[in-house]
Amino acid sequence: MGKYALRFAGLGYLALILIGPILMMVWRTLGDMDAAWAAIKDPDTISAFKLTLMVTVIAVIVNTVFGIVCALLIVRGKIPGRGFLNAFVDLPLSLSPVIVGFALVALYSAQGWLGWFQRNGFEILFAKPSIVLATIFVTLPFVVREVVPTLREIGTEQEQAAQTLGANGWQTFSRVTLPAIRWAVIYGVVLTAARGIGEFGAVAVVSGNFAGQTQTATLRVEDAYQFAYGEYAPAYGIAFVLAATAVIILIAMIFLQPKESRY
Amino acid sequence: MSISVRRITKRFDDFVALDDVSVDVKPGSLTALLGPSGSGKSTLLRIIAGLETADEGAVFIDDKNVTGRPPQERGVGFVFQHYAAFKHMTVYDNVAFGLKIRKRPKAEIQERVNQLLKLVQLEGLAKRYPAQLSGGQRQRMGLARALAIDPAVLLLDEPFGALDAQVRAELREWLRRLHDETHTTTVIVTHDQEEAMEVADQIVVMSQGHVEQAGAPRDVYEEPANEFVMTFVGQAHEIGGNFVRPHDLEVTMEPNGSTSEVMIDRVVHLGFNVRLDLVGTDGERLSVQTTRDNAELNEFAPGQIVYVKPTRHTTFT
Repeated sequence: MGKYALRFAGLGYLALILIGPILMMVWRTLGDMDAAWAAIKDPDTISAFKLTLMVTVIAVIVNTVFGIVCALLIVRGKIPGRGFLNAFVDLPLSLSPVIVGFALVALYSAQGWLGWFQRNGFEILFAKPSIVLATIFVTLPFVVREVVPTLREIGTEQEQAAQTLGANGWQTFSRVTLPAIRWAVIYGVVLTAARGIGEFGAVAVVSGNFAGQTQTATLRVEDAYQFAYGEYAPAYGIAFVLAATAVIILIAMIFLQPKESRY
Repeated sequence: MSISVRRITKRFDDFVALDDVSVDVKPGSLTALLGPSGSGKSTLLRIIAGLETADEGAVFIDDKNVTGRPPQERGVGFVFQHYAAFKHMTVYDNVAFGLKIRKRPKAEIQERVNQLLKLVQLEGLAKRYPAQLSGGQRQRMGLARALAIDPAVLLLDEPFGALDAQVRAELREWLRRLHDETHTTTVIVTHDQEEAMEVADQIVVMSQGHVEQAGAPRDVYEEPANEFVMTFVGQAHEIGGNFVRPHDLEVTMEPNGSTSEVMIDRVVHLGFNVRLDLVGTDGERLSVQTTRDNAELNEFAPGQIVYVKPTRHTTFT
């Protein structure tokens, strides 16, 4: 009996908490397909999806490159305070995104330390650059967190072997280190992308939320919900697309699991 | 190619790993750096390779000063205790690595790699990944990889330390034969005196960051420079201020003027040899090596009282 009780508790919990809300949303979307489809096809929605895609791609590229650099510094760097740096990288995980957005506003507003841009006509706040900056901030930990333990595990001997065989710094990195950490990097990229697509709080503060210009997909969902006036199908439709993307990413992650037998 | 290490000192924080160490390795020789852990032997090898930098002193390879040079420019083949195999590459690609870095023509790489795989008896395993090889196979791959670049010198850091006794003995003998064929100047780090005696033509005995003695295996064993070498290279007992090796003790059934009385504690059959563990009248323990025939003739048994006398001993002043 105990076996069944455990299964019931575990699966029931997942069904209620995870599956229930998503299924309900899918149900509502299917319930008024025409309205949902119209909302998805709306030029402002298309524009929001495009913006989310662009922002996520930039955040993934930046945080992959600098994530690997930071991980190398944390594991291999000969600098004092590496442990502190390692902990500090997690800050975006513990900090509320709203606070991140607010802090960016403080920094880039005309009176802020980096207010020079604003004062000289480079639009950062309430424009696309601030959305990119906010998304990069909140997605920073993922690649670092995945790569650090893998770098520790592989150690330095393979790199030293490459050096004795004549490989310079870049050759050692590209031919030995990077292939050794590639699954960690890919996993970090997937997590970064998922988090980037879903980011709401920080972006809501800094973007200005102008439909068709600085409105990301999640902001678009929020807008459709706020101004629904009893007609929720458009919000469900857009949310459905985002949820489907998340599920596809999840499935991709399952297939990306390295085949342990070979390496 | 010769290796010359001149007055190397290396500290790790407060710990002095190497203290004013000088070593000479003749071209074409096989030298063993022998010592207990913490003696500085691995650090010395890594300094020769350029994987570690010395605080003081200089390293010459083939009479060229390479002290400040990175490992890439030293032309050394290095073999690691834990193989350092490139796990994401096949055996073939592991061995080909140094040649690809040197941008050699593909046909030349293929010929050289196949020749090396044959030399290390891994011909059929070229497409395997390191994880699919046994420890002994991985280390042979590591050797082939190091030899691929035609190194000026071959450096091996406890290469057989992670392998079981039988494979270790096999590879040891195989390394010796390989060296006899290629005559690449080779330095092997080991803590196993038997391994050093078996493969090397020169042994450098190290302890606590110093060179205690350097010489041919026979000289180090028969004419040890000090107490440390006497007791580390082979066993030795101290009897009345003299050092005696277990096979240089004669066991007699009757006392005479120069013998001491002991009791047999244990009789250990080691095949050709028999070891007697003995307890002296003052409680001191020592052991004697004798032949199987002698042991059977005298019917040695635990509890028996016998008398021992050194046939040869060494005294340090």
